[in-house]
Amino acid sequence: MVASSSSLKLQDLIQEIREAKTQAQEREVIQKECAHIRASFRDGDPLHRHRQLAKLLYVHMLGYPAHFGQMECLKLIASPRFTDKRVGYLGAMLLLDERQDAHLLITNSIKNDLSQGIQAVQGLALCTLSATGSAEMCRDLATEVEKLLLQPSAYVRKKAVLTAVHMIRKVPELSNIFLPPCAQLLHEHHHGVLLGTITLITELCERSPAALKHFRKMVPQLVHILRTLVTTGYSTEHSISGVSDPFLQVQILRLLRILGRNHEESSETMNDLLAQVATNTDTSRNAGNAVLFETVLTIMDIRSAAGLRVLAVNILGRFLLNNDRNIRYVALTSLLRLVQSDHSAVQRHRPTVVECLREPDGSLSRRALELSLALVNSSNVRAMTQELQGFLESCPPDLQADCASGILLAAERFAPTKRWHIDTTLRVLMTAGTHVRDDAVANLTQLIGGAQELHAYSVRRLYSALAEDISQQPLVQVAAWCIGEYGDLLLEGSCEETEPLQVEEEEVLALLERVLQSHMSLPATRGYALTALMKLSTRLHGDNNRIRQVVSVYGSCLDVELQQRAVEYNTLFRKYDHMRAAILEKIPLVERGGSQADEEAKESKETAQLSEAAPVPTEPQASKLLDLLDLLDGPSGDAQHPPPLDPTPGGALIHLLNLPCAPPPPAPIPNLKVFEREGLQLNLSFVRPPGTPTLLLITVTATNTSGGDVTHFICQAAVPKSFQLQLQAPSGDTVPAQGGLPTTQLLRILNPKKAPLRLKLRLTYNHFGQSVQEIFEVNNLPVETWQ
Amino acid sequence: MIQAILVFNNHGKPRLVCFYQRFPEEIQQQIIREIFHLVLKRDDNICNFLGGGSLIGGSDYKLIYRHYATLYFVFCGDSSESELGILDLIQDLVETLDKCFENVCGLDLIFHMDKVRYILQEVVMGRMVLEINMNEIVAQTEGQNRLEKSEGGLSAAPARAVSTVKNIGLLEIPRIINTGDLNIKVPNPSQFV
Repeated sequence: MVASSSSLKLQDLIQEIREAKTQAQEREVIQKECAHIRASFRDGDPLHRHRQLAKLLYVHMLGYPAHFGQMECLKLIASPRFTDKRVGYLGAMLLLDERQDAHLLITNSIKNDLSQGIQAVQGLALCTLSATGSAEMCRDLATEVEKLLLQPSAYVRKKAVLTAVHMIRKVPELSNIFLPPCAQLLHEHHHGVLLGTITLITELCERSPAALKHFRKMVPQLVHILRTLVTTGYSTEHSISGVSDPFLQVQILRLLRILGRNHEESSETMNDLLAQVATNTDTSRNAGNAVLFETVLTIMDIRSAAGLRVLAVNILGRFLLNNDRNIRYVALTSLLRLVQSDHSAVQRHRPTVVECLREPDGSLSRRALELSLALVNSSNVRAMTQELQGFLESCPPDLQADCASGILLAAERFAPTKRWHIDTTLRVLMTAGTHVRDDAVANLTQLIGGAQELHAYSVRRLYSALAEDISQQPLVQVAAWCIGEYGDLLLEGSCEETEPLQVEEEEVLALLERVLQSHMSLPATRGYALTALMKLSTRLHGDNNRIRQVVSVYGSCLDVELQQRAVEYNTLFRKYDHMRAAILEKIPLVERGGSQADEEAKESKETAQLSEAAPVPTEPQASKLLDLLDLLDGPSGDAQHPPPLDPTPGGALIHLLNLPCAPPPPAPIPNLKVFEREGLQLNLSFVRPPGTPTLLLITVTATNTSGGDVTHFICQAAVPKSFQLQLQAPSGDTVPAQGGLPTTQLLRILNPKKAPLRLKLRLTYNHFGQSVQEIFEVNNLPVETWQ
Repeated sequence: MIQAILVFNNHGKPRLVCFYQRFPEEIQQQIIREIFHLVLKRDDNICNFLGGGSLIGGSDYKLIYRHYATLYFVFCGDSSESELGILDLIQDLVETLDKCFENVCGLDLIFHMDKVRYILQEVVMGRMVLEINMNEIVAQTEGQNRLEKSEGGLSAAPARAVSTVKNIGLLEIPRIINTGDLNIKVPNPSQFV
C-alpha cells in the first residue's frame, strides 16, 4: 500500500522537467516517471491514483502519450472521494473522447453523480457531460439533467442549463424535453442561470421554426430584462468596466435578433429599447463597445425603423475612425456583414474603409480589402481600382492573390471602357503577375482580340512592358500572343494613343528569342513565343531566315510539346510554304472561345476534323462521330443551345466541315427544382460559360401558382469557403399569384479549386399573411456545375 | 462557441491546453505550434484578432489573444462569438486567477495546472461562457479545495507519515513533520511552493 518511494508529487515532477536542460533530458525524465506511473496503475494503489493521474495529465499537455491512463480515469470517477473524482473527470475530458471504447462506461458514474446531493460533484459530472458527452450518453441522461433544472442550488441549475444546450446540439430531438422549462427559467434572478437560459433558448430557436414562434411571445419579457440591466445602477457583482453583465446583454441582444428577424411585431417591440441601448451605452471601455456592436447588428438585422438603421450605420462609421485597432477591426467586420443588405448606407463610409487599406496591421488590411472589393460599383470603379492597385503594390504576399483576382473581377463587371479594362488588367499583371488566376491570360487575350480599335495600342503597350521585364509569366504569354497576332501594327509606327515608338523588326525577333531562351520562361510561355515567331514570318516584310533558324533549332528541343511545334512549323516552311500565309492568318473574333481553342481550330483545317471535338468537356469519347452527333443533337430548354444538326451520318460529316471555327458549346446542364411550398416554386438553371471554366452562373426563378401573392421575397445563398459568390439584385421582391411574372435572381459562383459545389439557400417571404423562413441545402446538384 | 483555450509562454511552451473539439495528440501539438507562430508575429500595438490557423478551422474560426508579460492567452472561437466580448472574458479570467492564487504569476500556472483547469471549468463550460462573477467563482473554488483538503487530511495521513519519515534529512524544510496524530490538521504542503 505504500506508494513507491521514488514517485514524485506533481509539483516535484514539474520542477524536474523544468530543470532538464535539453529536450532529450526532458524526455528521459518523463519516460522514467511514466514507467513509475504505469507500475503504480498496475499495482492498483487507490490512495495515490489521483496523484499519478494528475502527473500523467501534465505530461499529456506537453505532448507525450497518455492513453494508458484511460481505465484509471474510470476508477477515479467511480471512487467516492471528491479528490479522486475531480482528477478522474478531468482525465475523462482529456483522454476519453467518443471514439474510445471506454467512453460509454462513464455514463453510469455520471448518472450516479448527477443524482447524489453534493453540488461540487454534480457540477463535475455536468461539466464532463457537456464537454464530451456522446449522442447516446445525452439520450440516456437527458431526464436526469432535466430534473436538475429545478434544483434549489443555482450553481447546479446554471450548469444543467448549459449541459442541456450541448445535449440539444448532439441530439436535436431532445429539444422537446428542454423547451418547456425555459419559461420558468426566464424568471431567474441569478445571472449565471439567466445567461445559460438565454443561450438555451437561442439554440432552440435556431433549430426549429416552431420553437421560434413559441419564444416570440417572450419578447416583451426579454426586453424587460435587458432594460433592467441597462438602467440598473452600478452593481459590482456582475459589472465589467461599469457595464452591467455585458455577456448577458450581448446574449439577449443576439436572441432578440433571431426573434425579430422578419417579424414586424417583435421588431416593433424592441425598437425603443434598442434605441436606448444604442444611445446610452458608455463607449469609453471595451465592454460597452461589445454591447454596442451587438446592438448595431441586431438593429440592422430586424425590421427596424429607418431612423434607427441610419443611427446604427453611423455608429459603425464612427467606430471606423476610432483609435483603437480592435474597434476598427470589429467595425470593418460588421460593415462587411451589412454590405449585401444595406449597400448604399455602407457606401457612405467608403473613403474611411479605403484609408484602412493602408494599415500596417495584417488583420485590418485584409478586412479592409474584402470590404473595399464589395463596395466597388460602376460609379466608383475608377477611383477604387486606383486605390486597390496602389494597395496591390505594397501589400503582403498572402493578400496579393485575393487583391489581384478581386481587381480583375471588378474590372470585368464594371469596366467603363475597353481600353481602361485592358490597362487595368495589364497593370495587375505587371504588379502581381504570379498571383493571378489561371484564366487571366485567356480573358485578356480574348478581351484584346475583341477590341479591334485597340489592337495597335495594346500591342505597343505590351511590347514596352515585355521589353522591360520578361519574368512575369502571364504578362509574357499575353505579350507574346499579341506581338504574334498584331506584329504588323507594331511596326507601322504611328498610334495616337501612345508615344511614337520606333521598333525594328530585328528588335522584335530578338525579344521573342530572349523569351524563348530565358530560364524563367515556363514551357507554356515558350510555346506562345514560338508560335508568335511563326506568325511573324507572314506579318513582317523582311526575309525569314532568322525565324527559320530558330524554328529548326527547336526541332530538337527536349520538351516534347515545343519539339512537336517546331517540327510542324519547319515542315510548314519546307513543304507547305504556299499554305503558310493562309494558316497563319489573323484569328477571327470568337465569342469567349479562348485562344487555345482558336489555335486548334486553325490547325484543324489541315488535320482531322475530329480534333474540334476536344473542347467539349462533358464527352470524353467525343472522337466517336456518332457520340458527337448525339451531343449536338439533344436540345433541352436552355436558350443558349445551337440549332440541332441533321441526324444522318453522311449529312453530318458535311455539316461538320461547315462548322464555324467556334467550338460547339458544351452540353447544357439540366434545370433543377429545389423548393416547393404552397404553390411557390423555386427553380435553378445553370450556365457554364465555355471561356471561363471556373465560373458558374445560376439563375434562381421563383414562380407562384397559388392564390396569394408572395411578398418581401428575399433569397440568400451560401457556399463553402473556397468559392466566391456574388448575388446580383433580384428582379423584384414580389412574386404575384396565379402564375404571374416570376422573379429571377442571378448568382455568380467562382470555383477556382474545382471543388464539389455545395449550395445552401435561405428564403424569407410573406405568404398568406404568414412570414416564412426556409433554410435548406440544395441536393442533387449536377456534376457539370463544378467539374 | 469557443473551440479552444490555450495559454503558452513567450517560447511556445504550453501552460494550459483546453480543446473542446477532439484532435489526436500530434495534431494538438501542431495546432499549438501553429497558433504560437501566428501570434508571435504580431506587434504589440495592432489588433488582438486573427483568422484561425489552417489546422483549426481556417477562416471559419477566429483567434482572440492577449499578451500578458510572459504569457499569451489565446481563445479560438467560431463566428458566433463576439470578439470584444472574448477580450473581456480573457481579462476576467486572468483577474479571477489573480484572486484565487493571490497575485498570480507565471509560476502559479506552471505548478498548478490542474487547479487552473478547475477554475477555468467554472468560467467556460461546454464551449460557452458559464459565469463571469468573480466572487462566485472564487467562492466555489475555495469550497472545492476545502472539500479536497478534508478528504486528504483523514485517509492520507498514514501514508504521509511514512513518506515524511523517509524524507527526514532532505532539505525540504517547509514541510511540517507529522507524527501521525490525526487530530492535527496537516496543511497541504503543495501550497507552500
